[in-house]
Amino acid sequence: MNDLPASRGSLERTKRVWAYLFLILPIIFYVLIRFYPTFYAFYLSLTNWDIVSKDKQFIGLENYRNIMQDQVFWKTLSNTGKYVLFGLPVSLLLGFSLAYHIDKAGRGEGFFKAVYFIPYITSMVAVAWVWRWLYQPAPIGVFNKILISIGLPQQQFLFSQSQALFSILATTIWADVGFQMIIFLAGIKGISVQYYEAAEIDGANSRDKLFRITLPLLKPTIVFLIVTGTIRYLRIFTQVLNMTYQGEGGPLNSTKPLVLYIYNSAFRSFDMGYASAMTVLLFLIILLITLIQLRVMKSED
Amino acid sequence: MRTIKTVLILAAVLLAVSAPVFAKGAQESAAAADPEVTEIVYWQYFYETKKDTVDTLIEMFEAENPDIRVVQQTFPYEQYNTKVASSVPSGQGPNVINLYYGWLPTYIDSGYLQPLPESTFSNERIEAEFFPLVGAAKFDGSYYALPTAVRSLALFWNKDLFEAAGLDPETPPETVEELIEFAKILTKTDKNGNYLQTGLTMELRAQMHHWLREVLIRQYGGAPYSADSREVTYDSQAGYDAFQFFTDLNSVEHIGMPNFMTDDVTAFSSGMMGMTMDGSFRLGTFDKLDTLNYGVTELPSMNGVKSNFASFWSNGITSFTTGKELEASIKFLDYLTSDTAMSMWLENVGELPAKKALAMKEEFKNDPKYGPFIRGLEYATATKFIDENAQRMVWIDAYDQVLLNGMPVEDAVDQAAAAEQQVLDTYYKNR
Repeated sequence: MNDLPASRGSLERTKRVWAYLFLILPIIFYVLIRFYPTFYAFYLSLTNWDIVSKDKQFIGLENYRNIMQDQVFWKTLSNTGKYVLFGLPVSLLLGFSLAYHIDKAGRGEGFFKAVYFIPYITSMVAVAWVWRWLYQPAPIGVFNKILISIGLPQQQFLFSQSQALFSILATTIWADVGFQMIIFLAGIKGISVQYYEAAEIDGANSRDKLFRITLPLLKPTIVFLIVTGTIRYLRIFTQVLNMTYQGEGGPLNSTKPLVLYIYNSAFRSFDMGYASAMTVLLFLIILLITLIQLRVMKSED
Repeated sequence: MRTIKTVLILAAVLLAVSAPVFAKGAQESAAAADPEVTEIVYWQYFYETKKDTVDTLIEMFEAENPDIRVVQQTFPYEQYNTKVASSVPSGQGPNVINLYYGWLPTYIDSGYLQPLPESTFSNERIEAEFFPLVGAAKFDGSYYALPTAVRSLALFWNKDLFEAAGLDPETPPETVEELIEFAKILTKTDKNGNYLQTGLTMELRAQMHHWLREVLIRQYGGAPYSADSREVTYDSQAGYDAFQFFTDLNSVEHIGMPNFMTDDVTAFSSGMMGMTMDGSFRLGTFDKLDTLNYGVTELPSMNGVKSNFASFWSNGITSFTTGKELEASIKFLDYLTSDTAMSMWLENVGELPAKKALAMKEEFKNDPKYGPFIRGLEYATATKFIDENAQRMVWIDAYDQVLLNGMPVEDAVDQAAAAEQQVLDTYYKNR
């Protein structure tokens, strides 16, 4: 770089300075709004700050020790795990099979795409409330009215410890599946017809084509959807806040995800230190999952 | 290139570190004022009739005190507590503030409020004039806040549903036995036992945890807390009996269930629930509905015992208010708790006067709608909550344990008591 002519160097330099000037605003913004609070949360997690006190008492690892014995923490962590483990595969499978069949159907593609995609762009708060009413006991709840009209017993849905989490998950998947479908459809469209033609000449049936051409070639799409989907399902919050009474994540914490527990600890009980400690743990968990996913992606390449 | 990078990083770090300083400076500069007129700021949550009433009161107050200007600021109810809390660490905020009495411990503890000055608000004066339940705002021997109005519970009954069920629409239940008897007549189910109409609210999430805590437990001869409010005492026979009675309403008497029509206000408003228990603040909601023909009466007695729960929003003075602003704030607070303000409040907002002599005036006491609430105030207790959300959740969980998991009532109550005691201990351990 040093042996370039002086005029050339100064031009390069001016360009770079301008580039940095344009970059600096977002950097300042991110440092102030994202990184600074993030690192501050690490510090807060070692205090017993309750928002309203001026001084933040340093209490070492006590918050973390309390978390280890907090049954609600473990319950909400396992709920979050359930949301990801059950929600993600089902929504991927549904999204793929919708995309696969819409692609095969040919006619009316635009219509089907719109119908399945509309829930995804609808506000989650609105979706959650409509489904909350659908799940109500008779005489309000449509689902229970249908059950009664065909002679089946009413179901508790959101008021049952065993059904509530899956009821909320069903709503989430219903809203989410459109997104998976659109991305899968784009991936399927991107596969060259020549592969299929060549396979047909070699005598492949539609099963072979699906498992040997479509799915392997969709791998980048699938990886993308798994990574983004994991993050989305780990962050489930709005649904539970709106579908359970006063956002309590009940009955008996059976639907409360970790994020909601953190929110309630921080902004309802004002237990900032404790909430920060849980945030740090969630951060570590997401970091670990992301690292594993990156490793898997790399090794498969 | 390296130098540019270093400069950038340094700049970023500097900005990050100094961010709180900037934030503080910006807020302080807004406090500039005219030296002739003392300006004070009043905060409450937004509730149309409350805001309008305070606006009128401010006009009247400023006419009497031309050297004081009061600025009212309101915030949405849902964010109000968080908004107040986040203003505390910055040492900024209003001079006079309206707070739910159950939040007082948090704010007194953090040094946000100052004790009301003895000169104007002596303990003797407060205790002589106000209902004793205002004692929930007394900490370490000093009062920190005073209400304009208080609320208590009463029984609302739907006269049309009474008539349709063959009951006398002008005769509400007076005892708990009658309550259950009437509720059974009012309940309608389909052939599979699904509720089409319920007799009574079971909403612990709304007001029923108060009924359980301050009414039923006392009616069974117990007390929910020790005299100094530091200890949970309902893990006793009275507590077990009260909770057994309450859970039986659903599982044995079949007169209703929680979440019917999503919540009890919806159910009662839409004429699907015969009776509910709610606060005086609900009169405004129900009065707006032309289709609802209802009456209000005192909570039913049991074993000859009457009990009630009262609550209030109270006005305190923030600790950073000093000098002229403090003088002005004291005057304003005195005005907010005057008979004039209280009478206006009852008329416009529907909450009851906090001063005994005023509330007990014949015209108020015998009012067909406010009367039952006011008479209830005479035997009402305001629970000294530390964290009302958590203390309500304890009962909701106990209920679910019994109804969903079949846990014995005694175990559920013991569990609730232990969980609630922990909430109290966290607060009282350093006191």
